[in-house]
Amino acid sequence: MNASGTIICISAHPLIKLNSPFACFFVTYIQASYMLLKLGLYTALLNTLLLRAMAQQVELATVDQLEHRFAEGSDTTYIVNFWATWCSPCVDELPHFEKFGQAYKDEAVKILLVSLDARSKLRTNVIPFIQKVQLHNEVLLLNETNQQEYIDRISPDWSGSLPATLFINKGKQLRRLQEKEFTYDQLVTIYRSLK
Amino acid sequence: MRSLLMLSLLMLGLIARAQVTGYQVGDVVTDFNLKNVDNKNVSLASFPNAKGYIVIFGCNTCPVSRGYENRMVALQQQFAAKGYPVIMINPNDPEAQQGEAFEDMQQHYKKSSLTFPYLEDPGQVVTRRFGALRTPHVFVLQKNNKGVVVSYIGAIDNDPDNDNASRINYVQNAVNALMAGKQPEPSLTKAVGCGVKSKRG
Repeated sequence: MNASGTIICISAHPLIKLNSPFACFFVTYIQASYMLLKLGLYTALLNTLLLRAMAQQVELATVDQLEHRFAEGSDTTYIVNFWATWCSPCVDELPHFEKFGQAYKDEAVKILLVSLDARSKLRTNVIPFIQKVQLHNEVLLLNETNQQEYIDRISPDWSGSLPATLFINKGKQLRRLQEKEFTYDQLVTIYRSLK
Repeated sequence: MRSLLMLSLLMLGLIARAQVTGYQVGDVVTDFNLKNVDNKNVSLASFPNAKGYIVIFGCNTCPVSRGYENRMVALQQQFAAKGYPVIMINPNDPEAQQGEAFEDMQQHYKKSSLTFPYLEDPGQVVTRRFGALRTPHVFVLQKNNKGVVVSYIGAIDNDPDNDNASRINYVQNAVNALMAGKQPEPSLTKAVGCGVKSKRG
């Protein structure tokens, strides 16, 4: 309380004169609520923008588009991991692909994480998952519906079980599919054996 | 260096071969005797009046398998009385995948709508014999003069997300074909599912 009997309310606007502790508490409460609301709105807005940016990063890809990409980069070994947010062993092995991607970023090897989640789950499951676990490798969502066709086109050795990883290098005529969960060391070993 | 390459190529061939072991269409099935969630053992011989069987490898933890449970129950309702009962076997090693132990199976069974035997497979012996690779993975069997013969291997239908208006019900069609004295066409389908978990990786 100052000399004139007005309560100094630290959070209140200088133009608002307050003369009771209750009023001070009330004003502070309203202001705090308003600021929280604003913070919430800004966060939501930021999230929406980020989500939109992320959504652009998860492109849809057909098998034809994948094949085109392998052919274009024929000097590159592509390690194509087929996964899904609902597949727990896939989720468990993703960090190994992340570590590998970082460790070998200067070599002619490229990791593609191809999600087999349903297209309708892109915004609701896939993108939130990518944000949560912070994936840095390129993520694609397979834009195919006919499993009888696309599983064999990716590899006749594939039964369709997840996780599955395709090692492909067009220049070396390499195309090998492995239906298993990899450790980091196994990834390194298999990559070195292919070089 | 070249011989090393040849050796690794040879090993790759062996690995690729190892992936396709298990029953093929036309093979005669050896009976099994596995513990059901009610603690009583079940074998193919437990169904003396059966004309065949719908053996489904399914589990507690795989969302794809769980997503198909209502359709499995529908198959049981449609075909058990006609001589083709559904038998589900859990192919996962509980030591390799949490939530797949026998007690978990019992709990899952109680909570689910499943109406048919749900069997454990200790040591994954039957799983390997069938060559089950994922959940769900279906083997339609038919009794004939050779024994119990594999007639169809693959998916229940081509609609994992339950949103395909032009769904093809592979298993339903296969059993209907068998009941009409024909062979299923297709007799082999593929589908995306959860890989069978085993300790050997």
